[in-house]
Formats: sequence, C-alpha cells, structure tokens
Amino acid sequence: MGFRDLKYEGPFRHLVNTEFLIFLMVTLAGAGILAPKAIPILLVWFAVWWINSRIAALPKSGLTKFLVPMLFGVTVLIIWELTVTSFGISPVLLPAPTAIAATFAKSTHILWQDFVQTALKGALTGYIMGCGAAFLTAIAIDRFPFLQRGLLPVGNFVAALPIIGMAPILVMWFGFDWQSKAAVVVVMVFFPMLVNTVQGLTDTDAMQRDLMRTYAAGYWQTLFKLRLPAAMPFLFNGLKIATTLALIGAIVAEFFGSPIKGMGFRISTSVGQLALDLVWAEIVVAAIAGSGFYGAVALVEKAVTFWHPSQRSRA
Amino acid sequence: MRNLVPVLTILAALLALWYAAAVALNAQWAQDQATRAGTTLTLPALVADTWSQDKPKLPAPHQVALEIWNTTGAMVLEGRGFSKRSLFYHSWITFSATALGFVLGTALGIALAIGIVYNRTIDMSVMPWVIASQTIPILAIAPMIIVVLNAVGISGLLPKAMISMYLSFFPVVVGMVKGLRSPAPMQLDQMRTWSASAAQTFWRLRLPSSMPYLFTSLKVGMAASLVGAIVGELPTGAVAGLGARLLAGSYYGQTIQIWSALIMAATLAAVLVGLIGLVQRITLKRMGMA
Repeated sequence: MGFRDLKYEGPFRHLVNTEFLIFLMVTLAGAGILAPKAIPILLVWFAVWWINSRIAALPKSGLTKFLVPMLFGVTVLIIWELTVTSFGISPVLLPAPTAIAATFAKSTHILWQDFVQTALKGALTGYIMGCGAAFLTAIAIDRFPFLQRGLLPVGNFVAALPIIGMAPILVMWFGFDWQSKAAVVVVMVFFPMLVNTVQGLTDTDAMQRDLMRTYAAGYWQTLFKLRLPAAMPFLFNGLKIATTLALIGAIVAEFFGSPIKGMGFRISTSVGQLALDLVWAEIVVAAIAGSGFYGAVALVEKAVTFWHPSQRSRA
Repeated sequence: MRNLVPVLTILAALLALWYAAAVALNAQWAQDQATRAGTTLTLPALVADTWSQDKPKLPAPHQVALEIWNTTGAMVLEGRGFSKRSLFYHSWITFSATALGFVLGTALGIALAIGIVYNRTIDMSVMPWVIASQTIPILAIAPMIIVVLNAVGISGLLPKAMISMYLSFFPVVVGMVKGLRSPAPMQLDQMRTWSASAAQTFWRLRLPSSMPYLFTSLKVGMAASLVGAIVGELPTGAVAGLGARLLAGSYYGQTIQIWSALIMAATLAAVLVGLIGLVQRITLKRMGMA
C-alpha cells in the first residue's frame, strides 16, 4: 500500500489535508510519550494553524491580510503563556505575557520617562541633526562630481562598519546625558542618509534636465523643481533605514554609561537585577517606538511620493 | 579604478581632519599641564604634545596605528601572535561568534524563505511579522539573551552567536523571499510546459534566480551579525573579544585601546563583507549573471 492510498475518507474530508492530519497524529503521539503537558499547547497550535490555512485559502482581501497575521501573533502569545504556566518556567528566565502586561501597566511612569530620555531626547534629536547634516552635505557636494565619486564608495564602506563601536568614545566626549546618545545617533545615521541622498540627486535623466534647460531654469530652480522631487524615494529610503538605526544607537549607547533613566539603562540594570518582566516591558516600548517611528516616516513618504510606482501599485 | 583618485582624496581629507580634531580636542589638557608646570607652549610644541598624549581625548592616527601594530604584528614577530593581549586573539573570539551566528541565521533564513514562498499559510501568517520586526530595535534584547542563556547554563560562544543569528536572520528572509519570487510568470510557465516537478522548478529556476538577492542580503546580514557579536560581548563583563576591548577601554579611559579595537572591528567587517562580495562576483560570473 503506497502513501497515496492512506487517504483520510472520514467526515469533513474536504476540509482536512491528509499530510496535515498524519503530521498532527505523529506529533501528538510523540508529545504524549515525551511531555504530556505539551498536548494542549500543540492542540492550540494545530487548531489555529488549521484555521489560518483555511482563511489563507480564501481569496486575498484586506480582511484576510489582517486576520491571518493577527491570529498568528495572538497564538504565539497564548502558547507562550501556556508554556510558561504549564511547565512552571521561572519568571527569571521567561516571564509570561500576562506578567509582562501587568508590569507594563504598573510602571508606565518609568517607561514614559525612559521613552522621553532615549527615544525623544536621544534618538529623535540625533536623527534630525544627523539626517539634516547628511542632506546638506549631499547638496553641498552635489556640484562637485569629483567629491561624489570619492564619497559614494567611502560612504558605502562606512555604512557597513560597526559604527555602534563609536559609542564609548562619544560617551566620553559628550558626557553621560542624552547629548552623547544624540551624537552616537548622528554618526550612525549620517552615512546611510548621505549615500541615499547623493544617489537620489543623480536619479534624473538627461532628457528631463534638458527640458529644464530649455525653460532657462537655473541650478537652484532645477534642484528644487526637478532633482529634489525626483530624489524623494531615495531620501525616504534613507530616512526609513535611519529610524531603526537611531533607536538602536540611542539604546546601545546607554550600555556604556547613562544617567539613571533611559531604555538602554533600564534594560541593562534590570537584567542585572533579574527583573525580566520590566526588561520585556521596555522591549515592548522599544518595539512600539520603532514601528511607530518607521510608520510615521512611511506615512509622510506616501504623501510626498504619491507619484512613484511603488506607492501607486499598492493603492 | 576611475574612482581611485577621488576616493584617495576623500580619505586624505578625512585623515587631515582627524589630525586637526586631535589638536583641537587635546589642546585643553596640554595647556593645563603647561600652566601647572609654569611654562607656556609654543604652537609646534602644543601640536606635538596633542599628538602624543597617553590618554588623549582623541588619539592621533599614528598613535592608533602604532597601538594596532604593537598588539598585532609586533606580537606575531615575538611569536605570541595569539596571546590574550593580542588583537588577533580578540578578533578571533568575535569572528567565531559572528561566523557561527551568520551561518545559523542564513540557514534558518533560507529555510523560512522557502516555506514562505511555497506555503500560503506561512506566507500570510509570518511575513508581516518579519517585515515589522525590521523596524524594531531588536539589538536591545542582547543583554537579556546573554544573561538568560547563562542562567540556563549556556555560556561562551553560543549566546553571542544567537544574537548574531537573530540579527542576520531577518535580512536573509526578506531578501530570499524576494529572490525566490523573482522569476517572471513566463519563466514559471516555461517550466510547466516542460512538465517540471516542483523540486526541479526550485533547483533549476527559483534558486538560481535568487542568487543576486541572496548575496546582497548576505552582506547586510554579515555586517549585522558582527554588530550583534560585538554588542553581545558587552554584558558578559569584558572578558574577551573586540566588544570587551571597547568596554574595558571605556572603563579605564584608554582611548587609544578603544580606537584600535574599533579600527580592528572595521577591518574585520570590511574583510568579511569583501569576501562575500568576492564569492558573489565569482558565483554570478560562473552562472553567467554578471
């Protein structure tokens, strides 16, 4: 009897796929022998996976695109919770999501204070200064093709270096407070932003520039009316990469010394005190801040570069 | 080669800027010393002093170069190239964690990408989270991973490699999904007209066409996994590795040591990314894609 003959012929057979069922049986049997406590966890997992595969088989729509990942995310949280409680994992190793949520709700003022210190003062200030400086530098060297040809390879090279290592030096120069974190962020975002802006400014073709010349447009008019708008997709690419780098820079710089507040400080000291629930709460804040920051830039991008194919195709 | 002269000019300008900054930043200390000794410094003496201090705010490039030579080449000549004070030793520690994490992250990333491309459920459930996780500063959890794994009894290379793996995983997934989906519908149809099996389509069409994407994301992943290994060395209390040298240097104000570790890390990153670039060029050339 071949594998193909092992077809499930029971009720609802059009809803279940045979391989899935065999896999389910084997895994459950294995769990039953090795760790009986894992059976409910596996059941939840397979149930949601089955539901998700049913929804995924429906025609794609806004609702299914939202529902499937949400269901998956919630399941991961439920399984996390079940694993921690049923296996009695110590909160020092892995706190349950409910415990993290409770800590989050309890210590909102600490989290807010850390958020202001790291994300607003450190990351955002540095982000604005670094991206602004990179943008102005790109405009300044734009008139000298010689400098551009030199700077692009150097900038690309520097962008691949572990710049975060500059953090201890900058903490030494600018002190423990947020100024040094902003400095780290400036150094981290400068080169990716510079490379993207320089590349963006070259993204017009000869025909478009000729057209500007036939209109008797000067350098600045060409820059503002043609080349900067054309550079926007590149600019926003740089700005989006820089959002993540900015938060990473501000948090990791705090590992090298900081006043007694800030997300990086809280993470490193709470890990030392084995208060992992607070660490996870801080990570939740970092995740919200990171995706919020990125999302805000992406929204502005959508409004500014509405004409670009990558934006239009999504509509 | 067209870019050689401009690049060298930029590098020379950066070097000059560095020397000038060293004078500006270290002048205060030199002046203070001179006042305390009751002497005044002439400009050449001031410049000479700012470029040769023991614990300068910003060491001059030649000081850093000398320190690097003393902790690498000179030690090799003495036959102690792998002693615990040698930067080769620390680079090796960091490199081994980076490489292990990179290999694990790449393997896992490719596996997940194949799952995403071939299974609609995995695609719809996991892919949005992979993309969202790119916007999250995941490096922040490095100290926790190190401490938790230590508590479970896993220490040494593996915790650092886990962080590297984690950081290099996401770029590889995103790049490979793009790459495996890059064959045009026409090419996929062509495979179907030849009645190619799913495996044949994978090995002969999808995988080869994903190669340019794979190498691009490998470069990003390698850079990320080096950063992961360096940051992973911070919470263990500065035992060994380039990250540990950075932390120890910042504890004791040994700026020259920090800079030499930093330059060494930059060199390591350049070599690793350059190696991938080399493999990329050879592979793509032999496949007739470049």
